[in-house]
Amino acid sequence: MFYRQAGDFKKSYREDIQTFPLKQDRWAYYALMLFAFLVVPFFINDYWASAVLLPFLILSIAALGLNILTGYCGQVSLGTGGFMAVGAYSCYKIMTAFPDLSIMIVVLLAGLVTALVGLLFGIPSLRIKGFYLAVATLAAQFFLVWLFNKVPWFYNNSASGQINAPARNMFGFEVTGANADAPVRYLFCLSIVVVLAWAARNLTRGRIGRSWMAIRDMDIAAEIIGVNPLKTKLSAFAVSSFYIGVSGALFFSVYLGAVEVGEVFGITQSFLILFMIIIGGLGSILGSFIGAAFLVLVPVFLKNVMVAGLGWPTDIAAHIEIIVIGGLIMFFLIVEPHGLAQLWRLVKEKLLLWPFPH
Amino acid sequence: MSPDFLYTVEVILNGLMAGVMYSLVALGFVLIFKASGIFNYAQGVMALFAAMTLVGFQNGQVPFAHLINAVFGTKIHGFGWTLPAFVAIILTLLVMILFAYLVERFVLKHLVNQDPIILFMATIGLAYFMEGFGDLMWGSEIKVLDVGVPQGASLWLEEKTLGWAAEGSNYYGMYIDKLDLVATAVAIVLVVLLSLFSQYTKTGRALRAVADDHQAALAVGISLRKIWIIVWAIAGFVAMVAGIMWGAKSGVQFSLSLIALKALPVLILGGFTSIPGAIIGGLIIGVGEKLFEYSIGPMIGGATENWFAYVLALAFLVFRPQGLFGDKIIERV
Repeated sequence: MFYRQAGDFKKSYREDIQTFPLKQDRWAYYALMLFAFLVVPFFINDYWASAVLLPFLILSIAALGLNILTGYCGQVSLGTGGFMAVGAYSCYKIMTAFPDLSIMIVVLLAGLVTALVGLLFGIPSLRIKGFYLAVATLAAQFFLVWLFNKVPWFYNNSASGQINAPARNMFGFEVTGANADAPVRYLFCLSIVVVLAWAARNLTRGRIGRSWMAIRDMDIAAEIIGVNPLKTKLSAFAVSSFYIGVSGALFFSVYLGAVEVGEVFGITQSFLILFMIIIGGLGSILGSFIGAAFLVLVPVFLKNVMVAGLGWPTDIAAHIEIIVIGGLIMFFLIVEPHGLAQLWRLVKEKLLLWPFPH
Repeated sequence: MSPDFLYTVEVILNGLMAGVMYSLVALGFVLIFKASGIFNYAQGVMALFAAMTLVGFQNGQVPFAHLINAVFGTKIHGFGWTLPAFVAIILTLLVMILFAYLVERFVLKHLVNQDPIILFMATIGLAYFMEGFGDLMWGSEIKVLDVGVPQGASLWLEEKTLGWAAEGSNYYGMYIDKLDLVATAVAIVLVVLLSLFSQYTKTGRALRAVADDHQAALAVGISLRKIWIIVWAIAGFVAMVAGIMWGAKSGVQFSLSLIALKALPVLILGGFTSIPGAIIGGLIIGVGEKLFEYSIGPMIGGATENWFAYVLALAFLVFRPQGLFGDKIIERV
């Protein structure tokens, strides 16, 4: 009914692997882009930007990154928070060392620095896998946070130990700093997200992505058919860390403006991102976005209902929020281990035939 | 003997004691991992939850008092009585058994035959759930746990060791907490009990059979579900013991659940499937991090205990991926 697809008339390989095989999906995607770029900036205000849209956009970059590593390449990482911290601190160091550099370049450089650090911590993955690797990435998490706390060079010897983002312009508009406007910050993040998501989609359906998936599905078999595990695993670590680093840089410079490393990039952040990709769907680009949206919106929603609606104290609301998130994780793993993205795929298949059963 | 040498000995002894505490948590991990192949991230939160429940029972707190007050506008806090420690411990044990049943009934049963990593993530969800649930039930403030375990410096040891140092040197004897000594004794008793239980009782044999091979165990008529409930109940008991020890040491508070994370490198060193491994791994980590903090820590800014255990485990893994006592990993296509 809603999804018309008469037969399978694909004439080229190109048509077979396109992201949106149906015309209406393609148009829906273009419409969404137009809406996000041309309509939202005129209506966005500070509350929506800082409570919903900015965290959603920035965390979905981190979720994309972790999904590349965990969902596509099968290497579980609990060090996401630590790598985001690398992104944030390298962004800060580059911003303060080269004040004239464009903020866009700074963010990309921060991503590259994180990619290098990620490569370093990815080396053990060649020997160890599964839980063991998960614990090994905890070493990255705790060591990096400790490093940024203890070495004054990283926070330019500031008395509070915090890092503060100085004001930087792009095309004459302030992107970072205290006076940056919500629409500018939003558009800046949105353009980065769109480019990175496009890149991730194309990476994962090409040769590199397939070798990642081969390693994920069975590494020994992949090695036998000629996939180089060294190159594949390390490239997954590097690309994933690049994404996570960019996300950390944006989280610090555009979203928060001031960061205390233990609070913002602690182990809780790592778990939050991991939950995003579990709920959204492992090994799915769309899933990263759905998961990020879900975990950004649920706390906002619960808080509005319980604190503003029912008038309960905030500590009870916080406890119930943790219960709900924990419960949802278990619920999703039981009901749909492939996440919300899989649910969406099922809905599409059902809609193809609706209202007829077969 | 020179004071420096004695200080080092003291650091090592304290490290051993801290290691015992880590081992207590790691034991629970190993039990569940052996019997069901599940890596139970929630073990630390179970310890926290058990300790909270124990304190709640002892002080006669009304469960969910905050929530009830918020919803109905009442002002209830406690029943107004206190329970003796022994009764409270029994009640807590019952709660942990009920918890084991509920986990099996509502979570594990539905996740049979899933990837280990999916099960691991489910226990992370469980950990979040229990953390919020415990806070909601008993309140999130820091509580004092007192079940009559002796605490404070052991004066006898301090006096005894005072004489060891050279005459006139600046040395005041070794500081060793009595609580740590008790914890060591408890850990030894616990390990002996557990190994006796798994060697000489019918249930214990069934546990080992399940650990060996799920399908073969099923074939000879062992109920997997019953075994899982038993294992989770035992792990709950171990968690309670760990919760009592840690709670008495540093108060019942959220940071208690973070010791679960510390238990992970312990497990890596010892191997996931070995009970002696959990103990020895705990001791190595305990001594290692205390010695590192004492000798190198001051040079690089201190607080190295946060990460040393993980980095040690990481370095160790690269050379011996299956841990000290773990079964050899064999992979086939």
